[in-house]
Amino acid sequence: MTTATAPTTPEEIDSDGALSGAVSGYIARLRGGDTGSLPAVLGFVVLVVFFSATSDAFTSKLNWANLLNQSAAYVFIAMGLVFVLLLGEIDLGAGFTAGTSAAIMGVAMTQRGYAWPVAVIACIITGAFIGLTIGILVARLGIPSFVVTLAYFLGLQGVLLLVIGEGGTIPIRDETILAVNNNNLSPILGWVLFLLVVGGYSAVTFGAMARRRAAGLPTVAPVVVLAKVGALAVLLALATILLNQERSVNPALNSLRGVPLIVPITIVFVVALTFVLTRTTFGRHIYAVGGNAEAARRAGINVGNIKVACFVIGSTMAAIGGILIASRDNSVSPQSGGSSTLLLSVAAAVIGGTSLFGGKGRIIDAVIGGLVIGVIYNGLPLITQRAGIQFIVTAGVLLLAASVDAIARRRAAATGR
Amino acid sequence: MSSPTSTSSSAPLLSLRGINKSFGAVHVLKGVDLDAWSGQVTALVGDNGAGKSTLIKGIAGIYSFDSGSYTFEGQPVEVHNPKQANALGIEVVYQDLALCDNLDVVQNLFLGRESTSGIILDETTMERRASETLKGLSVRTLKSVRMKVSSLSGGQRQTVAIARSVLWNSKLVILDEPTAALGVAQTEQVLQLVRRLADNGLAVILISHNMNDVLRVADNVAALYLGQLAAQVPTSQLTHGQIVELITAGRSGDIGLSPDKEVVA
Repeated sequence: MTTATAPTTPEEIDSDGALSGAVSGYIARLRGGDTGSLPAVLGFVVLVVFFSATSDAFTSKLNWANLLNQSAAYVFIAMGLVFVLLLGEIDLGAGFTAGTSAAIMGVAMTQRGYAWPVAVIACIITGAFIGLTIGILVARLGIPSFVVTLAYFLGLQGVLLLVIGEGGTIPIRDETILAVNNNNLSPILGWVLFLLVVGGYSAVTFGAMARRRAAGLPTVAPVVVLAKVGALAVLLALATILLNQERSVNPALNSLRGVPLIVPITIVFVVALTFVLTRTTFGRHIYAVGGNAEAARRAGINVGNIKVACFVIGSTMAAIGGILIASRDNSVSPQSGGSSTLLLSVAAAVIGGTSLFGGKGRIIDAVIGGLVIGVIYNGLPLITQRAGIQFIVTAGVLLLAASVDAIARRRAAATGR
Repeated sequence: MSSPTSTSSSAPLLSLRGINKSFGAVHVLKGVDLDAWSGQVTALVGDNGAGKSTLIKGIAGIYSFDSGSYTFEGQPVEVHNPKQANALGIEVVYQDLALCDNLDVVQNLFLGRESTSGIILDETTMERRASETLKGLSVRTLKSVRMKVSSLSGGQRQTVAIARSVLWNSKLVILDEPTAALGVAQTEQVLQLVRRLADNGLAVILISHNMNDVLRVADNVAALYLGQLAAQVPTSQLTHGQIVELITAGRSGDIGLSPDKEVVA
């Protein structure tokens, strides 16, 4: 136990040693079991190298954009699951919540002829309502979320069948809905997006630093922040250059270039949900309930309301994920949101670093984990066509992610972090 | 029963008279009187089942007393839920500290009462106030107020829990066995902190089983015996052995319950 007179953050070191200090601090956190997104980033790199070496198609320009569009639905469902997982709960029905909500949207547009905004609102309300009922059963009645959502997994599968009609599919023809997960930004807009993201990120980080300095609080050394902003800028610039290249097989007939439209949409949701989790009282209370529900209750937090709200947010995000599935598939079928959708979404959140034990997780985890899942899902069929192997590999990845989570937790307990 | 011997010239901050509380057929508190003065540490001692927990839970508003008067700052008050107790300036630090391991010190200190500007959490204000509060309590054992509670030692956690109780202009802090799970050095730190709370002008009620702790920091001792107040006397008038007798037999020489009273009880 040290006896410093004024509390200072470990990162506040003289500017010469600031970067190395930040690095050694990060390594100390890793050793303490606070792995963050590192396993996911490492996994991403390893998988990309592996698939690049074994398949020529994987590294094609077309495939990079494909990867983003394919992962989008998992990322959105996973972002919703982060809220549920933060409480230490689970939503096994999220996949079919996506399918059912998308089916409602499909019926509204294709069969009833409503405009797309009406259909999207109907879809989102469906998701929110499903989440509300799950939340009430879990928080008010006290049924374990595992059991409630397992029932929803089965029940919503039935609802989806009834809404669509046995064996049928609902085609999606609306231009706007199809654009969401298929179209691209023009190259110029891609660079505008790049500037907005890098500018916004540096404004937020430097703004926070200036506020802390003004209040006389210890701050992270500017060089560390600069390094982070620089790394982000380089990474995003490379991605923008890659995605802005012509990737159509026949450019004269149908030009295909630019950052997929789903990217800015995802960024908006990541920023909004991260704001809710880290900058509002509501978000703070979610972490508190996930960390120690009894402590939260004694602090005057309405634990039941927080739980219901998280299930509503989780299912609403799943419904939006359903729109992305429908947009990508051009249709809604009884298989939409089924098969391995749920497992891959849970895996995305957990691989990204969100704990299954509650109290630990970030929205960006869902994006990072979703990209890892996207690489596996995208790369495996390029290597083997055998569905059996694909299932086994996916299951293995989920178990691996859960193991990393459990081991990190044990290390954290052992080192007191 | 003898009324509590006055240990201070000034009027008590908290004054309970003739408190009764039953759970079904079990009469847990039988006409208990208790005083707590600002700037003083009042030790509440008694064997298991003597009624200490019931008494403090009643003060904190978790239970309602069946009968008796509850006076705070000279005014009779009604306290039937924890919010009413908090509004009066009464804070309790329970034995299981009720901290969130996954949150840092500042986040725990302000949990449920976060400072905001608009809908946004005002982190700088909270961090500054947390640092000031800890400095005011002369806490020097925390490296950073942004450390997660999971990385703190038992004594540091106790410190955080106590700091949380004084952050809100509280007047009376009730500590339930704050040193029960601590080592020697950490017990020492927490006891110094308890003493400092009183020296800063707060009334402190300290529940403890450790007679050395009681003799070290308490200004007066209230001993409960089978749901009755055996005596509340200045610590200076008591020895280690006398406190033990008050706890185990309800009386020690002239102090405590008279024998015939005990038979009635």
